[in-house]
Amino acid sequence: MTTTTTPSRPPTVAPGRAVGRRRTRGAPGSAARRRAAVAGYAFALPGFAVYALIMLYPAVQALLISLRDYAITPGAPSPWVGLENYARALEDPVLLRSFVNAGFYMVATVPAQVVIGLLLAVLLDAKLPGRTLFRVLFYLPVVTSWVVVSLLFQYLFATDRGVVNWLLVDVTGLFDGDVAWLGERWPALVAISVLGIWKGVGWSMIIFLAALTGVPRELHEAAALDGAGAMRRFRYVSLPFIRGTLSTVLILLVIGSFNVFISVLLMTGGGPLDQTQVPLTYMYRQAFTFLDFGYGSAISFLLTLVVLALAALQYGITRRKASEVDG
Amino acid sequence: MITGSTRRRWTVTAARYGALVLAAAVLALPFVYMVSTSLKPRTLLLEYPPTLVPADPTLANYATAWGANNFGRYFLNSASVALATTVCTVLLASMMAYSFARFRYPGRGVLFATVVLGLTIPTMLLIIPQFLLAKDLGLIDSLPGLVPFYVGTQLAFTTFLLRAFFERIPRELDEAMLIDGAGAWRRYWNLALPLSKPALATTGIFVFLGSWDEFVWALTVINDVSNRTLPIGIALFRGQHGTSWGLVFAASVIAVLPVVVVYVLFQRHIVSGLTSGALKG
Repeated sequence: MTTTTTPSRPPTVAPGRAVGRRRTRGAPGSAARRRAAVAGYAFALPGFAVYALIMLYPAVQALLISLRDYAITPGAPSPWVGLENYARALEDPVLLRSFVNAGFYMVATVPAQVVIGLLLAVLLDAKLPGRTLFRVLFYLPVVTSWVVVSLLFQYLFATDRGVVNWLLVDVTGLFDGDVAWLGERWPALVAISVLGIWKGVGWSMIIFLAALTGVPRELHEAAALDGAGAMRRFRYVSLPFIRGTLSTVLILLVIGSFNVFISVLLMTGGGPLDQTQVPLTYMYRQAFTFLDFGYGSAISFLLTLVVLALAALQYGITRRKASEVDG
Repeated sequence: MITGSTRRRWTVTAARYGALVLAAAVLALPFVYMVSTSLKPRTLLLEYPPTLVPADPTLANYATAWGANNFGRYFLNSASVALATTVCTVLLASMMAYSFARFRYPGRGVLFATVVLGLTIPTMLLIIPQFLLAKDLGLIDSLPGLVPFYVGTQLAFTTFLLRAFFERIPRELDEAMLIDGAGAWRRYWNLALPLSKPALATTGIFVFLGSWDEFVWALTVINDVSNRTLPIGIALFRGQHGTSWGLVFAASVIAVLPVVVVYVLFQRHIVSGLTSGALKG
């Protein structure tokens, strides 16, 4: 009877042997575990290969290209130049201006999107007939393509016979003459910021609304019974609840504002005379107009560094505030 | 007492509606003006003062826009690229997500962390090396060549959302199928995917809209007129037709309409996907 478990059995009973080995020798389920591992790799591999090729490899390349004087022509040498592209960037007045412009856009659009978005969310956070309709309407600019809305606002802000000038000069009389909105640096940045706010409030509204829905009704009711008005209920009941969401939204909006691109590209093209460049339009111009890929990559990395630093700073501030509140 | 508080409630509701209607009007006005301009006959496009409701509406701009410059072709190009991207992304991402959620193997944590890292890489940082990669692969100026790049850039987010969803499917269901002798593929295809239809719809809509509207990459790699997608067609429409804003906006309305329809039909999915993505952080 011992023959049934000896390894040297005739091959005719091989299937039974496999089962027997799983039961008696190997750790329980080790074959199943190996099968699971093989399946795990097989399921992950195709997607991960595409991801590695399209995202990871270019991410490494971006850094390497920024350290070269990159020549696009095949066969031409692309010598290593170390940090030369970065040194050039730090002394480039147009790049500096592009960062200042992005900073202006951030200051103009982020607080407005947070305040208006929060206000709309609070207004919608109630049992209200037509609530979905309003929500859909407010979110519509968010889902509309940047190309379409950029052209639309270029039209609205046209100097000659533009709707905005018509409203400001003829209807309200706030201005004496037409403003060349897209022809000068600061007016252009204002117009681009207005577009950014208009397109963005729906997004922050949706996020805040979802967070407000998580605030327990009983807390509101208890505060109302204690005689707290709407403002105080918002300040002491809702706000502490959505503090985490608020800081997430702030960080994402700041990151987004420094990555402003399509609206500037289509509304002013960075002009006139590079006056309205933002980091990404300037990078794109260096790379795909002047074919200076090394310098373009260096600009991209500097932008990424600035954005990361801003996000880290904000994260630190909100963490400190949170710990002050808690303790 | 009671009448006082009721009246107060009514005042609050009225004020709420007033503010909401005002906000809706301000947000909708540019759209209304866009549609109205697209309906005006060409002679009226330089009208001053501007009017919100065209006195003599016509669909002539739509007919011209559709017929001119291969616009129907751009529409078809965008639709096929977006559809192919959506199918590929959802398939590859759901397989990857299923692997992360259901199988144990060495290196799983590292692979998943690497994918999550992709959420933080700014896409514009990659445009230069991606352009060089497309050149090496011979995918410049190729319509199908857009697809792998759209898939690659949207995989991380899609995988992230789907993994969270798969994690919530009870493991007992898998085990029951396992006892019945179902292999990994059958458990994925016949169990995980059918149970995840809402999540697949959400991510699919995101990927579709993202590809439909994608502008910068297509602008960078597409040269040939017949390979253009809709966003490029519209952006260049302006240059070709000077101040024919009626044409530009008719084309824009045609491009925006599918997005609006998809959004209105699936807005619940979109909102849930959006908030689950943003609130996790």
